[in-house]
Amino acid sequence: MVIQVLMPALSPTMERGNLSKWLKKEGEPVKSGDVIAEIETDKATMEVEAADDGTLGKILVPAGTHDVAVNTPIATIVGDNDSADQAASAAPAERAKEEAPPRPEPVDAKADAAPTAPAAPALRDPDIPEGTEMVMVTVREALRDAMAEEMRRDADVFVMGEEVAEYQGAYKVTQGLLQEFGTKRVIDTPITEHGFAGIGVGAAFAGLKPIVEFMTFNFAMQAIDQIINSAAKTLYMSGGQMGCSIVFRGPNGAASRVAAQHSQDYSAWYSHIPGLKVVAPYSAADAKGLLKAAIRDPNPVVFLEHEMLYGQSSEVPKLEDYVVPIGKARIARAGRDVTLIAWSHAMTYALKAADQLASEGIDAEVIDLRTLRPLDTDTLIASVQKTGRAVVIEEGWQQNGVGAEIAARLMEHAFDYLDAPVKRVSGKDVPMPYAANLEKLALPSVAEVVEAAKAVCYR
Amino acid sequence: MPASKKRDVPARDEASQTGNGTRRPVSEFSREQELRALRDMLLIRRFEEKAGQLYGMGAIGGFCHLYIGQEAIVVGMQMVLKEGDQVITGYRDHGHMLACGMDANGVMAELTGRRGGYSKGKGGSMHMFSLEKLFYGGHGIVGAQVSLGTGLAFANRYRGNDNVCLAYFGDGAANQGQVYESFNMAALWKLPVVYVIENNRYAMGTSVTRSSAQTDFSKRGLSFNIPGEQVDGMDVRAVHEAGSRAVAHCRAGHGPYILEMQTYRYRGHSMSDPAKYRTREEVDKVRNDQDPIEQVRQRLLAMKMTEDDLKAIDAEVRTIVNASAEFAQHDPEPDASELYTDVYR
Repeated sequence: MVIQVLMPALSPTMERGNLSKWLKKEGEPVKSGDVIAEIETDKATMEVEAADDGTLGKILVPAGTHDVAVNTPIATIVGDNDSADQAASAAPAERAKEEAPPRPEPVDAKADAAPTAPAAPALRDPDIPEGTEMVMVTVREALRDAMAEEMRRDADVFVMGEEVAEYQGAYKVTQGLLQEFGTKRVIDTPITEHGFAGIGVGAAFAGLKPIVEFMTFNFAMQAIDQIINSAAKTLYMSGGQMGCSIVFRGPNGAASRVAAQHSQDYSAWYSHIPGLKVVAPYSAADAKGLLKAAIRDPNPVVFLEHEMLYGQSSEVPKLEDYVVPIGKARIARAGRDVTLIAWSHAMTYALKAADQLASEGIDAEVIDLRTLRPLDTDTLIASVQKTGRAVVIEEGWQQNGVGAEIAARLMEHAFDYLDAPVKRVSGKDVPMPYAANLEKLALPSVAEVVEAAKAVCYR
Repeated sequence: MPASKKRDVPARDEASQTGNGTRRPVSEFSREQELRALRDMLLIRRFEEKAGQLYGMGAIGGFCHLYIGQEAIVVGMQMVLKEGDQVITGYRDHGHMLACGMDANGVMAELTGRRGGYSKGKGGSMHMFSLEKLFYGGHGIVGAQVSLGTGLAFANRYRGNDNVCLAYFGDGAANQGQVYESFNMAALWKLPVVYVIENNRYAMGTSVTRSSAQTDFSKRGLSFNIPGEQVDGMDVRAVHEAGSRAVAHCRAGHGPYILEMQTYRYRGHSMSDPAKYRTREEVDKVRNDQDPIEQVRQRLLAMKMTEDDLKAIDAEVRTIVNASAEFAQHDPEPDASELYTDVYR
């Protein structure tokens, strides 16, 4: 048997190289793994190893040859049972044709064009039957109730994080869970975000449904590799074989006077990532309904809460199983003149601004995004088709922010309906300052929202 | 090499520390065990040689990290496992998958990026998985699999079964912070995970003595009270024996265990690594004196098997590997419609 030795590609980008030296002579025996030649690439000199046992038959490309294309036959190896003469007489060109790797056939005529992304399914909030009792609940309690209900429903759901059990939660969100579910399912971790995020993802690979609490998302930056590289990408990398049903939750964004390292908004960071779903509720009802949906979701969900909202109460329907679909924005206040788009704590500026604008004769529509990925573009477009004007309010920085994305989408999909350029009100482009006055200036304000809304209305 | 000859541990760099003295004499394998070890190691060796060839031909792209030289570790450890035990590793993963019983065609077709690959061609050399064989990847971020594997062990404990997870990583990954975060929690919660540190003496191009203050990796769990052993990772029997102890420890609920497998990778870190950080003599010495496959071959010959018997095994393995290469080059690429599938489910 005569085996062709081809000029190897020795790096992902190599196309040709110089054959600098032969280390074996024609007729010399070679064993699999023996170095037979040296090749120079633009980066390094590399050794070519024989992959078969036999005798070096014919050297087809002499030492010192420059610019030898990858896959050119450079020598033959005669298998143990053949003679070197046979090898020498084999016509190299013919053999190369015979043994060259077949090129993959294009899949179809359109193979070069990327297919379009699948369309989002139509979603709607659950019906709240007539006469349902509405209960005033804090966001904190709503989140706790959601976890407790899902833990009662599914024994695979557990919660882990720093101070979630005995301390009852650094922000008391997990209050009472240890008492009801015990230490097996409510697990205090050491202060070790990277490690426990990875353990959570591994447990989810094995089919459990972890809720991983970060004391705040600022600390999750230590764990972001596991969230993105392991949780978000594995389903795709495994060809759909292995996914990860897991919720990463905790407070996100600026609390109050905790300075730069404890005040960052990660909305844009996580919503950049395909494979993640990102939820950021404002109301107590949404906090509950969306967290329940997140826990049931077969995908990794980043659930961004806000410390400033934990203590705020709003009405939650008293229903057995209130689940709000991920991916659907909510019209928090209907209006005709301008669309104010916000989520999480920024909703407070939007709603107050809408009140003030109303007193000045501007009827603002306020949209609570609730989910940042998948983004409910349809609801935004429908609103702008009505109002012709939009302002996005976010606490995070402007550059590459969620507001920038929304402005781009409205430009792409609703350009003809816009009567003014989209405006953004956002966190200022600085690390969060500590001083009370500066912190206030760094965050969006109701006055800024009012001013932006008036500007797009040319008032 | 005669079967009775006492083998030295792999030569260490001068500055490296000595072992912790836990090494024990190794029991002999039965003929059946030797035969299985030979076949499984040969399959990996021939598969990797073929992968190297296909890479050279341009049929495999990107990164490709070969396992040649380290075969005794996964083969010896796999012989210890029972149904339900899990395996997870980093990017040098072809050998682990074959040892787990994953199909050579599916692995090779993933290397060439074809639809019949384990990840439909979307993962590549570093990202393959098999829920059926409980192989959990195939991870490209150095050290990430250690936390993930600890999580798999967490799930075993949560479910109250006696399954054990093997989390493989290298001497390079052993310096990552999350490894110690995982050690701490695994010991704290008594998780059934064996940390198999494949010390092949080089983290890419950096030798252990240049990267590690403590080069005895079996001691890396000391501050968490995790027992550890240094093992001759070139002797499949030693791997099997230490693996048995480690897995039994975990299965009995005593928590994690560390095995430092002292081994050597014959090839560069990846295909594009010229390996100039070590001498050809160093590589040749290990290959000539300690090759894990040659050791088994010699023992089988001493058991009165003939060269022809062993050649037949090699031929059987080559047939499987050649068929996988054939399949991997002719199987179509994934359909364009696969671009948007498997992002969410």
